[in-house]
Amino acid sequence: MTKKDYEDIPGTFVFDADRSREGYHLNQFCISLRLQKNRDAFNAGEEAYLDKFPMTPEQREAVLKREWNRLLELGGNIYYTSKLAANDGINFQNLAGLMTGMGVEAYRDMMLHGGRPIEGNRYKSEWGEE
Amino acid sequence: MARITAGVGCSHVPAIGVAMDTHITDQPYWVPVFKGFEFSREWMKANKPDVIFLVYNDHCTAFDASCIPTFALGAAATFTPADEGYGPRPVPVVRNHQKLASHIAQSLILDEFDITIMNEMEVDHGLTVPLSVMYGDRTPDDDWGVQVIPLAVNVVQYPAPTGNRCYNLGKAVRKAIESFPEDLKVMVFGTGGMSHQLQYKRAGLINPEFDIDFLDRLTSDPVGLSKMPHVDYLRLAGSEGVEMVMWHVMRGALDDDVVEVHRHYHVPASNTAVGHIILENKSYHDSHAKIAAE
Repeated sequence: MTKKDYEDIPGTFVFDADRSREGYHLNQFCISLRLQKNRDAFNAGEEAYLDKFPMTPEQREAVLKREWNRLLELGGNIYYTSKLAANDGINFQNLAGLMTGMGVEAYRDMMLHGGRPIEGNRYKSEWGEE
Repeated sequence: MARITAGVGCSHVPAIGVAMDTHITDQPYWVPVFKGFEFSREWMKANKPDVIFLVYNDHCTAFDASCIPTFALGAAATFTPADEGYGPRPVPVVRNHQKLASHIAQSLILDEFDITIMNEMEVDHGLTVPLSVMYGDRTPDDDWGVQVIPLAVNVVQYPAPTGNRCYNLGKAVRKAIESFPEDLKVMVFGTGGMSHQLQYKRAGLINPEFDIDFLDRLTSDPVGLSKMPHVDYLRLAGSEGVEMVMWHVMRGALDDDVVEVHRHYHVPASNTAVGHIILENKSYHDSHAKIAAE
């Protein structure tokens, strides 16, 4: 398989066709929560609602445990997983606070001070990753 | 004949819409964000367009993962603000100029841009937030006071169309608009950006140097700018910064010579750097400067 030129960007999942294929049913579940009637059904019984979506056991577990980064690792896309977060009352900024491991307050403070700088954040090698 | 007068580049951060909808724009956090649109609202009144050709991306609202068109042109009579998971935004229904939209659709396809035609479509914050910041507060009972032709561009699933493709599409949009017989003033909006990353461990990335350079080169080097590869956006402007390719459609639709009449840049709004620019076609700029002088 050819190497993708964006795979050396640290802390980032580029949602390409491969991820889209892996995450299809997970993402379709998440986006179903855009509608109130579906949110009501999901909140009335998560397990039963999830039965309607043929996702992998790992994806299902990550949904139930709200493992936000794991969802991305398993093919989820942020615009989709954010619908699950919104259902839980978590907005985009607070979700980012959780995904970065910084926590909501520290993340918000970082954004108020200009955000995460590009210096040291361009390549995985700068993070000590391969 | 229809003609293009100006282009507007503008972020479409959903939290900006929420701030307007919940009337908290006077909070210290939001004041500097909205300050930069005061000029723009006056400018919109003074340069009132009949139609806006608005390039934006849908955020899995009209299109979920089951269908991902690269370019989708709105041809419906109206577009209703969508429920994105927290209720529809309380803003007016968006009205189309259907005849011009159909004309553009035909012209683009014959020009070898194989667009998707949407005869029914709801619109999300990607389209309504730019209208809100440029027109100010509106209620669902109001009218936007302009007709809007939406062009939804896929930037959610990689790859988005290239900057070069977007720039050339802009040129084809201009050709289509200028061959429409009705006397109309048209503006083109390119929306999204600027630098931001919403996901995973690098979330929160902001790169003002990249953003300012991008804004500068819209005037000084638009063709060179449109050749920027996707990996540069992803790496330097964050994974969601790739939305900025949509600004190239706007730029491609303008004259080679443009005059920058306004710019606004602020960090942050939620996770994002807010960028905004107004570019007047040189020919239009000179003609109304002449009228003002007389």
